[in-house]
Amino acid sequence: MRRLLMAGVAAVLVGVCAPTPARAAETPEVAARDWSFGGIFGTFDRGALRRGLQIHREVCAACHSLDLVAYRNLSDVGFGEDEVKAIAAEYEVVDGPNEEGEMYTRPALPSDRFVAPFPNEQVARIANNGALPPDLSLITKARKGGPDYIHALLVGYVDPPEGFELTEDLFYNAAFPGHQIRMMPPLFEGAVEYADGTHASLDQMASDVVTFLAWAAEPELEARKRLGVKVLLFLIVFTALLYAVKRQVWSALH
Amino acid sequence: MSARQTQGPLVTWIEDRLPIFTFMRREIVDYPTPRNLNYWWNFGSIAGVMLVILIVTGIVLAMQYTAHVDHAFESVERIMRDVNYGWLLRYLHMNGGSMFFLAIYIHMFRGLYYGSYKSPREILWWLGLIILILMMLAGFTGYVLPWGQMSFWAATVITNLFSAVPWVGDAIVTWLWGGYSVDNPTLARFYAFHYLIPFLIVGVVWVHLWSLHKVKSGNPLGLDIKGPQDTIPFHPYYTVKDNFGFGMFFILYAAFVFFAPNLLGEPDNYIPANPLVTPPHIVPEWYFLPYYAILRAVPDIGAFGFVLVSAKLAGVIAMFASILVLFALPWLDRSPVRSGRFRPIFKQLFWLLVADCIVLGWVGANPPAGLFLTIGRIATAYYFLHFLVLLPLVSWLEKPKPLPESIAAAVTEGGGAAG
Repeated sequence: MRRLLMAGVAAVLVGVCAPTPARAAETPEVAARDWSFGGIFGTFDRGALRRGLQIHREVCAACHSLDLVAYRNLSDVGFGEDEVKAIAAEYEVVDGPNEEGEMYTRPALPSDRFVAPFPNEQVARIANNGALPPDLSLITKARKGGPDYIHALLVGYVDPPEGFELTEDLFYNAAFPGHQIRMMPPLFEGAVEYADGTHASLDQMASDVVTFLAWAAEPELEARKRLGVKVLLFLIVFTALLYAVKRQVWSALH
Repeated sequence: MSARQTQGPLVTWIEDRLPIFTFMRREIVDYPTPRNLNYWWNFGSIAGVMLVILIVTGIVLAMQYTAHVDHAFESVERIMRDVNYGWLLRYLHMNGGSMFFLAIYIHMFRGLYYGSYKSPREILWWLGLIILILMMLAGFTGYVLPWGQMSFWAATVITNLFSAVPWVGDAIVTWLWGGYSVDNPTLARFYAFHYLIPFLIVGVVWVHLWSLHKVKSGNPLGLDIKGPQDTIPFHPYYTVKDNFGFGMFFILYAAFVFFAPNLLGEPDNYIPANPLVTPPHIVPEWYFLPYYAILRAVPDIGAFGFVLVSAKLAGVIAMFASILVLFALPWLDRSPVRSGRFRPIFKQLFWLLVADCIVLGWVGANPPAGLFLTIGRIATAYYFLHFLVLLPLVSWLEKPKPLPESIAAAVTEGGGAAG
């Protein structure tokens, strides 16, 4: 472990202190998209959040955890109390020890975090050909390009350009740094049947699930922007008043 | 006018034992300030306000934060998600650090342009530099606390710089880490220092102000105060002007906090620290980028195929020298004229230096290879050339423009507060 770390440190310091060729694995540029939660007054599209949750549960959650989000958080964005209870109850969590000292499983409660697909990292790797599917709680904040990048990644499974040497078990992805990704194409036309009847095109599904993940990463976004508008309005008016006072006070000097 | 004349018996009783009201009146209300200060003089008090905001938000965050490698990342996310207005506190604190550095850098460049480091303000200038160094320590230790990928790798890279010290380097690094890698003891001590340093800064700020009130504020003309006609009382003139400055600065601050809270940060820091995965680019916060560029710009130094100083050590020396050289500034710039306004060549060199620092920051954000490395080396060389060669030379060669007779005379001519 220590040797490994020192090797890592050495590698970094070489990168820091010595000239190295520019890295090939740059993040490709992704186009900016219009999101419901973008801009100064942005809010999460409630329909997209519902559809996004459906995609997360039916597709993403097969491999990816969402450790920082609790079922109760859904009630902040329009899910009713009974609805949240019903969603949580579909999952099982290990709890305990009980009075007999035994661990037991019980249906999840709204207060539980989203139940992870694998009990630990090792199991996750075994199930995924050695790769570890990252936790999605902060994914839109943790990647350059944010929601635009995640969207581009989800719709980025295209045929590789001629002459591209694809490693076995990897997939070509136009948006992924280095263009070789281990994640199977998760979405395809009609991969889910939307409860609200929306046509499940690839772009629609990608947009919906990214909206859901953006909410998971920044559940405070709506409150933040609402407060921000008020704070800015106040500051602008207050500062203008201060400027008037300043002019008034200083006029005695000039 | 003493407090005794205007206040009742309680104030008199306190005054006889602790003359605090007289002190406040002398230093905050009546304090004679040059009448021609422009808006560049606002940034000292802005930096002071930012320091207070950082300490207040920091103390509240500390009540919720857990300094343990297994819990730090999650405790920050708990603050973001479950603590009432925790996201506001954290974004105020995180962006507040950037705003503090922004204010300090403007404050310093103002000092560079108007010759604020010259006699009799050398110690005032040094105290400011000590504050900058303490701020850098606070900024760095604070960046490590969320224990994301950039936290961990920044801590690893920066502490490893000390391994460049000959003979005892590795021992120093082990001592800094409190072990054989960046781990829990490192995080715990960084947290302790991050909590301590701001109070040290408050102390040095206090001495900075003490020195300031002894030598009095400089001014855009760089002239000494020659009499009461040159000054106005601090209150109400500069209290109201400072308050307007706070308002303008807070608008910028709030725009970041509420609408682009992560713009100045690195996405990688939202990935929990992982000692086994090195991020492709390790970059510091924006306010460290110029130093980072200098660190990486210096090649091996040697002759006839022997390396006398390794690139790593040379880079570390250059990086520290980039700040230490500022301590010698009062003696490098020999011109008796303070203000750059009356120094035609110096003025141009000043703006070249500003551009050079921005170029260094831009290079620092990019991988040290190819064109960036070349530009970084030129910019680093120019930085030292400016202070060590050009400034002494210019102060000797340059013919300054004629100075106004006094602050009051210049102001009544109507040119005092402009520019």
